[in-house]
Amino acid sequence: MTAPMLSVRGLVKSYHGKPVLEGVDLDVEEHQVVVLIGASGSGKSTLLRCIDLLEDVDDGQILLDGRDISDPRIDADEARQAMGMVFQSFNLFPHMTALANVALAPRVVHGSSRSAANDRGRELLKRVGLSDKADAYPDKLSGGQQQRVAIARALAYEPRLLLLDEITSALDPELVGEVLALVGELASSGATIIMSTHEMAFAQEVADLVCFLDGGTIVESGSAKQVFTDPQQDRTRQFLRRFTGGFAR
Amino acid sequence: MMPPMTTTALDRVAYRQSRARRSTLIALLSTVVFAAVLLFAVTSSPGWPRVRESFFNLRVGWESLPALLDGLWLNIRVLVVCQILIMTLGLVLAAVRTLRGPVWFPVRALATGYVDLFRGLPLLICLYLVGFGLPGLRLTGVPTNPVLLGGLALVLVYSAFVAEVFRAGIESVHPSQLAAAKSLGLNYRNTMRLVVLPQATRRVTPALLNDFVALQKDCGLISVLGAVDAVRAAQIQSATAYNFTPYVVAGLLFVALAVPSARLADWASRRVATRQGAL
Repeated sequence: MTAPMLSVRGLVKSYHGKPVLEGVDLDVEEHQVVVLIGASGSGKSTLLRCIDLLEDVDDGQILLDGRDISDPRIDADEARQAMGMVFQSFNLFPHMTALANVALAPRVVHGSSRSAANDRGRELLKRVGLSDKADAYPDKLSGGQQQRVAIARALAYEPRLLLLDEITSALDPELVGEVLALVGELASSGATIIMSTHEMAFAQEVADLVCFLDGGTIVESGSAKQVFTDPQQDRTRQFLRRFTGGFAR
Repeated sequence: MMPPMTTTALDRVAYRQSRARRSTLIALLSTVVFAAVLLFAVTSSPGWPRVRESFFNLRVGWESLPALLDGLWLNIRVLVVCQILIMTLGLVLAAVRTLRGPVWFPVRALATGYVDLFRGLPLLICLYLVGFGLPGLRLTGVPTNPVLLGGLALVLVYSAFVAEVFRAGIESVHPSQLAAAKSLGLNYRNTMRLVVLPQATRRVTPALLNDFVALQKDCGLISVLGAVDAVRAAQIQSATAYNFTPYVVAGLLFVALAVPSARLADWASRRVATRQGAL
């Protein structure tokens, strides 16, 4: 077996003395879709933010292709270029058009010419079904459209790993589908994805690996079928029961 | 296509329009009455004839106008050059103050000290110190031109104010925007340049233009160093005509200068708002 693409080992993170992650271990293979589930405050977002180096890690390691990117001595800007993150509240740049948002990183970080970056941006906007919104500013788009632009923005520089942080939680229910459909398509095209979500049905459908987080650790992980139909831990059973209304018995 | 309106709807529209017309009329009427009362109160005061003669003498005002306009032209040139320097220096100071990391401590401390000093120092005292103190050193290369020295003092004091305005703008940009920029791999410089500063500048435009109008007036203070600007020209004209009207005319000229800036500020903030879809 080859070494995993991403390997998180013993990750510890606390905010102002309050522990959030208390020793997380996670291996992600290339082309794998990993879904993080768990109650609010269980550390899903923090784990994703730590992987993208948006938080300083207290202890443990994050190995990306064997290199420890959590080491404060490495260039975090450079390490992040291998990853694309999509946020719960989109975080599009409000002073830029949809196309400018998508073309920003290829042009500024990856040295594409303005026209090449714009071409690439248009291509991605087309892929997420928003060719006609290239010149629209984010505030003029619906939540679902904004989130699709954000996904296009994260894909623009072909990151090796996509981090999706509850990307449908801020959307109106009728807009969730269009975003999840896009993620499903990315998953089947071979993207490597780590995502946190409360959409259990979707998780079951796309996940290669489901991790249940509680109290800052991964309590249980396994295939979607195993975790959803035959959870081994009491805490997992409780969570799933509460969440899906008696789905896991 | 709009659906055809029912009688009730048409009636309501008509009623609202008539209410709107009525409001306008009342506003107009009350303004006229207010102005008339004010005018009467001033003109019927016992000292009015003498005040009119020494402050609102049309002949003296007209005759002093060419000299005042010459002076104002100097103010405008000083204003433009100083404003450019102030914006640049202010932005640099603000950016420096947001730098993190121990390496930058001396630069940060220097910028903080600069802002503390020049924001606190009264402009008039700064003008005296720079205008009379600097040439007094008799160093070669130090200009003695009162316009240059006056401009320098203005830049020193105003850049400290503008730096704080910019810093407030920078700190008002939500951390989620920083996270988004970082997650795309942008480094600190590019994050600042492409994501934070454009948003910060838009947000503080009204405050910056406010400082700009204040600078327009304070440009008149370089007259204390002997530069013949609008204020000094007014002083000269007053002294020759034994009349205060030139001061009033100069004052009105400064007001006239400020009005376009204010409209520009309104237009700029409206444009940003409509473009981003907030309106």
